[in-house]
Order: sequence, then C-alpha cells, then structure tokens
Amino acid sequence: MQADFLDRYSRLDSPVHRLPAGGKLTVAVSLMVLTVALPPGRAMALGAVAALLAVTAAASRIPWRFLLRRMLWLEPFVVGVALLSLLQPGGGRVFLLLVAKSSLCLLAMLLLANTTPFAELLRVLRTLRVPALLLTTLGLMYRYLFVLVDEAQRMRRARASRTFVERRRWTWWTTATVIGQLFVRASERAERIYAAMCARGWS
Amino acid sequence: MHIPDGFVDPATATVTGVLAAAGLAGAVRHAQRHLPPARVPLLGLSAAFVFAAQMLNFPVLGGTSGHLIGGVLTAALLGPSAAVIVISAVLIVQCFLFADGGVTALGANIFNMALVGAASGWAVFELLRRLAPSLTWRVVSAGVAAWASTVLASIACAGELAASGTAAWSAVLGAMAGVHVLIGVGEGLITALVLAAIAKVRPELVGGTALQQRGFDVVMPTGAPSAGAGAVAHAASAGNRESAKSLVLYGLLISAGLALFVAPFASPWPDGLDRTAQTLGFEDKAREPAMPAPIPDYRMPGIPSEGLATAVAGVAGTAAVFALAWMAARALAPRGRVASSGAPR
Repeated sequence: MQADFLDRYSRLDSPVHRLPAGGKLTVAVSLMVLTVALPPGRAMALGAVAALLAVTAAASRIPWRFLLRRMLWLEPFVVGVALLSLLQPGGGRVFLLLVAKSSLCLLAMLLLANTTPFAELLRVLRTLRVPALLLTTLGLMYRYLFVLVDEAQRMRRARASRTFVERRRWTWWTTATVIGQLFVRASERAERIYAAMCARGWS
Repeated sequence: MHIPDGFVDPATATVTGVLAAAGLAGAVRHAQRHLPPARVPLLGLSAAFVFAAQMLNFPVLGGTSGHLIGGVLTAALLGPSAAVIVISAVLIVQCFLFADGGVTALGANIFNMALVGAASGWAVFELLRRLAPSLTWRVVSAGVAAWASTVLASIACAGELAASGTAAWSAVLGAMAGVHVLIGVGEGLITALVLAAIAKVRPELVGGTALQQRGFDVVMPTGAPSAGAGAVAHAASAGNRESAKSLVLYGLLISAGLALFVAPFASPWPDGLDRTAQTLGFEDKAREPAMPAPIPDYRMPGIPSEGLATAVAGVAGTAAVFALAWMAARALAPRGRVASSGAPR
C-alpha cells in the first residue's frame, strides 16, 4: 500500500500519542479557534502558540522533515488565497497575519492527525452524539480511501503497460474512463461490503 | 476552493457553520429514513471514490493540471441528499487528515461545496435534464450543471472572504469567479466524460434502462446483472424521489447564505429604473410612496452597520418570498399531489 501518506505516523508510540483522543481533539480545536480569533497586533500570543506546537511536535517523535514537507505542500493554497488580501489598503499586514495564523493551524492539524488514529477520533465523535450514518460513512471512507487510491494507481499502471502514450487529445477521455471505472468498481465493492457487514452482525 | 484556517472571521464561521450543520443534519435525517440499509456502505465508498478521483490529475492549458471536484457527478449518480453527505464526508476527512481546508472554515467549506456545489448543482441538472429524455442530453446537462455549480460555489466563497474582511469584494469576486468560470469548464467537461464512460459499461447507473438506446453504443454487462449496479440505480431512484421537505431545506439554507454573504456586496449603483428616473428628473416624484415599505431601500431599519442591514434585509426578503411562493403553491397545486409530495414516505 502506497497511499499511507496521510497519517503515516498516527500509530507511533510517544507521550503525545498516548494522550486520550478526546482531550487532544478538544485542545487542538480550541487552540485553532483561539488562534483564528486573535485580534491583530498580538504577535506574542502567536509566538506562544508556535512554541507550544513546537514542543508538542518534538515530544511526538514525528520526523521534522515529514511535518515540514507536508506544510510546504499545503502552503501554496494558503498563500494563494492570502494574496487576494494584498489588493486592499493596508493589505501587507493582513497578508502576514493570515499566513502566520493559517500556518500555525496547519501545523496543529497535522500534529493532531499524526498523533491520533482516525478511528479514535470517530469514537470521540460518537460520544458527542454525531449521527451513526455519518460516522459509518466517515469510517468506511477512511477504510477504503487507501484501497481505492491504490486501485486507481493500478489502473494507471495497467494502462501505461499497454503502451498508452499521453497524447493531448485522448488524455481527458482516458482519465474520465479510469474515474468512471473506479466508480463502477467502488459501487460493486460497496455491495460486497454490505454482505460482509451483515455476516458479521451489523444492523 | 478549500478555505484554510484564519480566512473567515468568527462571525462568518459561526453563521456558515450553523447553515452547514443544518443542511448536513437534514441530509442525514433524510437518508436515515429513505435509504435502504443495503445502500449505506455505498455512501462511504462513494466518498472514498471522490477522494481518490480528486488525486487523478489531467493536463489543462499551459502546463497546469486540474482535477475533478465531483459534487454534481455524485449528485447525478446518487441524488442530492446522498451527495451532500458524501461531499461533506470528503471535506471532513480532508480537513482532519490532510489539513486541507481549515477546521474553523469547515462550515464555510461544507456550505460552499456540499450545499451550494452539490445540492444547487443538482437542481440545475434536474431542470435541464427534463428538457429532453435522451441519455446524451442527460450527460450534457450534468456537464452544464457542474460548470454552474463551480461558479456559484466560488461566488459564495468570495462573499464569505469579503464578509470576513480578508479581501476586498471587488478583488476577490473577480479573482474567484473569473478563475472558476474557466475551472468550471474543465469540471463540466470531465463530469460529462465520466458519466459517458460509466454509461458505456453500466448505462443503468446513469440514466435508467428506458434511455439507454439513445446516443451511446451501449455495451451490455455480460453475465448476471451486477449487484453493485443495482445498488447505485436504487440509490439514484431514491434520490429522484427526494421528499420535497429536504429539497426545500437545502433551497432555504442556500438562499439564506447567499443573502447574508453575497447580497451586501451587490452593486451599490442604482438599478436601471432608478437610473432612468435620475436622468429624466422624476426621481423626486417617488419620494412619497403610497404605503410605507417595511424595509426601505433593502436595508433593515434600526441596524447601524450598512452591510449587516442589507444582509438581514436579504434574509427577511428571502423568507417572505419563500412563504408567499409556498402559499401560492399550496393554493394552486392539485390537492392529491400536494398531499403525496408533502407527506413523509
């Protein structure tokens, strides 16, 4: 399986990983809300949030390079939207503030995702009375996400091995065929999963 | 179009959060009542499918690449309520696992992409596809609806960013809508192509068996009819039988959101009639209306902030027009049909 890039380190063992999931979720979300709601001109507070996150990251034993690479991967989206704020009077300060707040929230989210298995988060959500149908959907999505991403990769490889050449005129149609086939296979898999769920006593 | 953390202010985040939660709760409620248990796994698998499909890039002009968004595709295959759940699940997982789209902006993202994107895109698709019964037309309708939904969602997104004070409305509208008019063409094309590709192998998933002879050289599945195909066809027919209540809910939530976030930024210049009146000099004659209007000049009296006053006036106006339309529909529709579409099934 190649597609474990999302939360590769969520099953490590460290003091941060051993903390209860509910507590981590509460702290992370309130930290992010606080960061976003912070009025401009409180650089000290932003610095404190950054220091707290840095200590957590060090304690979690997640490789720095992984966190940095994921941050850099997502940063273009942040900067892209933030560029729009430069087009108004006094936009420079707004731009810097937006990028700083957003990057801190990104880091907080990456730390949460990589120190807490997703199933644990779903368990917390269940105690918060989130509807079962939504939790089943989220759980199945997480479980089969990696399977379907791998399946898409296999179809691409199969197509490449049949000497498919990336020609402009046909690329869109072949990509559409792969996506369409992926949906047909996903729907057939859903049927098999339902039979398996019933066999294990799901109701 | 995923808004990161820090770009929507607390007020906007709260309002969009409430709208998104109401829409998602309505969709879940509807699915719990009307979706057969055998189709429940299909929701999760469709969400995983949308996520995986978004990772397949295809080349666009000038060396850039794009990917499917998938709101209208899901809605056309599964119906609007299922699509709202599926797209919301995709956004929640992207937010919590991938840090793509902020936690504080999750409500805004669900409102823009699941409610405005999928549900209103589905409405455009439904209106268009009724014009002609062929499968080709159905595929084309989905493509056009995908374009419209992309542009609409980007306008809603621009309104939220402007209301948060992140960027000036004129700049953000031009940038977002301008770019998404083009992105929408790609989304429309790829949506139509994917539906055409599915129709080639499993026409019943896209258009129902009565439509399969027209437009495409249909390859019938060999052997026993696929169970998975049955699941999707069933979910789609459940979607087409959407109870009026859930559709009314999405419509109300979307209009309320647009009234709140887009209406305050609508053009401040006088409209055609006002302009003519000014030019010809009969503007003064309009000073004394025969009856005092409850909300003069689209601004709620008694609210100091001009933008907020327009927003509240917009919501009040939406609610009033909705109530009038609802009463008119009840009065004008034949009795039997109102009863059957209004009653829970």
